[in-house]
Amino acid sequence: MSGHAVPVDFSGHMLDLDEDEDLEVFSKNTSLADGGPMPNSPSSLVNQYRLEEEEEQPGADAKDFFITVDNPESHVTAIETFIMYRVVTKTTRSEFDSSEYEVRRRYQDFLWLRGRLEESHPTLIVHPLPEKFVMKGMVERFNDGFIETRRKALHRFLNKISEHPVLSYSQHFKVFLTAQELTSHRKQGPGFLSRMGETVRAVANSVRGLRSRPEEFSVMQEYVDHFSTKICSVDKVTQRIIKEQREYLDELRQYGPTYTQWAELEEDLAEPLKGVADCVERCSQETEEQIQQLSEVLVPALHEYVLCAETLKAVMRRRDNIQAEFEAKNEALASRKADQDALQEEVDGLAERVEVANTTLKEDWSRWQKAMRTDLRSALISTTEKNVDYYEKCLAVWESFLLSLRVEPSGQENGDGAS
Amino acid sequence: MMMADSGSSEEVAVIGNTDITSTESENNIINTMVERGTALLKKMEINVAEAEKRTGKNTVNMQETYTVYLIETRPVEAVPEGGTPAAPDMLWRRYSEFELLRTYLLVTYPFIVIPPLPEKRAEFVWHKLSADNLDPDFVERRRVGLENFLLRVASHPLLSNDKIFFLFLTEEKGWRDAVLETGFQDKVDSRLKSLSAMFRVKNPDKRFTALKQYSDELNAVISQLLRVRAKVADRLYGVYKVHGNYGRVFSEWSAIEKEMGDGLQSAGHHMDTYAASIDDILEEEEHYADQLKEYLFYTDAVRSVCKKHELLQYELEMVAQDLAYKKQQREELATGTVRVFSLKGMTSKLFGQESQEQRESRLAALEQSIQEGEETVKEKNAECQEFVRTAWKDIERFKEQKDQDLREALISYAIMQISMCKKGIQVWSNAKECFNKM
Repeated sequence: MSGHAVPVDFSGHMLDLDEDEDLEVFSKNTSLADGGPMPNSPSSLVNQYRLEEEEEQPGADAKDFFITVDNPESHVTAIETFIMYRVVTKTTRSEFDSSEYEVRRRYQDFLWLRGRLEESHPTLIVHPLPEKFVMKGMVERFNDGFIETRRKALHRFLNKISEHPVLSYSQHFKVFLTAQELTSHRKQGPGFLSRMGETVRAVANSVRGLRSRPEEFSVMQEYVDHFSTKICSVDKVTQRIIKEQREYLDELRQYGPTYTQWAELEEDLAEPLKGVADCVERCSQETEEQIQQLSEVLVPALHEYVLCAETLKAVMRRRDNIQAEFEAKNEALASRKADQDALQEEVDGLAERVEVANTTLKEDWSRWQKAMRTDLRSALISTTEKNVDYYEKCLAVWESFLLSLRVEPSGQENGDGAS
Repeated sequence: MMMADSGSSEEVAVIGNTDITSTESENNIINTMVERGTALLKKMEINVAEAEKRTGKNTVNMQETYTVYLIETRPVEAVPEGGTPAAPDMLWRRYSEFELLRTYLLVTYPFIVIPPLPEKRAEFVWHKLSADNLDPDFVERRRVGLENFLLRVASHPLLSNDKIFFLFLTEEKGWRDAVLETGFQDKVDSRLKSLSAMFRVKNPDKRFTALKQYSDELNAVISQLLRVRAKVADRLYGVYKVHGNYGRVFSEWSAIEKEMGDGLQSAGHHMDTYAASIDDILEEEEHYADQLKEYLFYTDAVRSVCKKHELLQYELEMVAQDLAYKKQQREELATGTVRVFSLKGMTSKLFGQESQEQRESRLAALEQSIQEGEETVKEKNAECQEFVRTAWKDIERFKEQKDQDLREALISYAIMQISMCKKGIQVWSNAKECFNKM
């Protein structure tokens, strides 16, 4: 993308803020005003962040992206079969030449985008993608339910990125949304090799270990570990509830018809028996809807945050690595006599890098926490609402049954009591 | 607790207004059930108050543990102002004694649909409930069932006047002897007899055939219903209990959260409440299952009546057939024609005709036999007709009782469901409030 040769140590790229298009524009408000890129020093970046935080009130007027992912279509080639999704973008951002775009993307393209975003912003919390494949259950890749679940998650992913004050300005993001043909872009830029380099260094650093992690990040780490366990548990409990509900529904479906069978043997009793059969049938339908809500709203929301927890762990690791690298070079500086100046410069650069990493993480962390709270609260509230609705509907069903027998819901019979 | 019984016989005096029409009288039966009732119930209150474990030696001189039930009877009389009601008479009975009473009633009143006893062993159990006979919940439900049985008998127009029943309620020690003294055991139809009746009745009464079929079908459908209900209960239990895990996890999660902590914690408590609520809900439903079970067992009683009718019909056909045969023999003897092959006929052909004297004496014996036979047929016929009359009357009474009781049971089931829904609405609304505060 930038046309540079790709060095193995890509940390140099991080320093060359001019050349890293991802950090081109920071504040959406100011960029809209004058349309040009802002100064790129880390401190101004930090300042921009602070501005963002204070005015964070995502209302409809602050939203400048409307992205949808839909229309999954099967593509068959000689080598493989895969699904292409339609991505439609409507935007008011001035960096975009047009206000509307429509492209087709496959899952691999999303993976690419996310990879590039993480690379460019190692300590930002990039929203996770739905998993490559489902581990449990024999779900085929082209099962309708699976595709729909994935489509929704991809949709959420792009919207999350578009709402991010830094990531939404990424050049990769823009390319993803606008380029008709993505394959040529995917081949350029730091990719596999740089990731390899990162992994090697990460291993080396973890072996050496961290001198001292700042207190706030230790606290964060601890939180992340606990959160990860808890959110996984909530996810598991929810899946278990769905399983039990399904088995309950299966039995209900046998129960109702038995009352109908009985009604066929009776005369005077036929009416109340059929009434009960009817009630059970309708409650079964409500149970089905309840299960649907859990599967389509709560589970995806929880699952997303299960994946988020893994992302958080990775972000914490990367931050640690950045700090470790600096510490390593710093130590080397202290012991070496020769090349003091060159080393000093390198160490200074790494120190700044640590500073940037920590700051961006802190800012993004509080942003993430707010988002997590909002998302999970909304999903949980939606579930409770559905459950209240379920019981209200069932209540109405049984009450109308009683009324049809001319009985008050309290149990008193109306009228003469003659049946 | 007394179950509805609309039965009344013409013998029971109408309280109060005596110049009401039959339809009004009918309505009165339904509205003033408690006021009418049988003579017995007018005199005494019956209840099975308690259950207790006993150990003792059984018939083969081995130690066994069994449960006894306390039957209390109390005279029905107005309690004076500021006075205390009279102390009840009490005695203890075990289940086997109830069984003996019931067998006596079955034999003595074969044309009556005898109320059933609660089950001997717990059946149609869903997993959490114990199938153990000594389990306190089972014993409690059986106590209720036994009380129900006594009240059913006590409110039956005919059974309530039975002396042995009265002694069962009042005479702890001497009762067993009294029952055995009635000699009812001699009247027990042999298995063989009733089995053969099944295959040989030529002219079954269509009403009884239909009734037997209905009773069999009812038995099958109620069994099925109880089976499925138990499975449904089991599954519902699972759903509710799993929510208890939310309680635990939310509580643990709340510990690491700042703003979300309180909301999560209190939501977790509501989840615990939700999970716990299923125990009471399902316990109440057991009562509904017991009501269904009573009628499941009632189908056996109905079946007994049908079989008794079949047996009587069979016996009638047998004696009628026997009479017809004898008459035919007489005819042959009188006219000298041998229409039917008989050994006597053959031997007389082979060894010579018998003498006039011999023939006349045989004829006389036959006449006697025929006369006796005709008496027997008349008696048997009358017995059959009387049986049909009294049985059908009781069956009509039973049908009305059944329709009323089961209708009420279905209504109370609906009320239970409504109550469950209301609890659900409460809990989930509360949880929503907690999440709102997150």
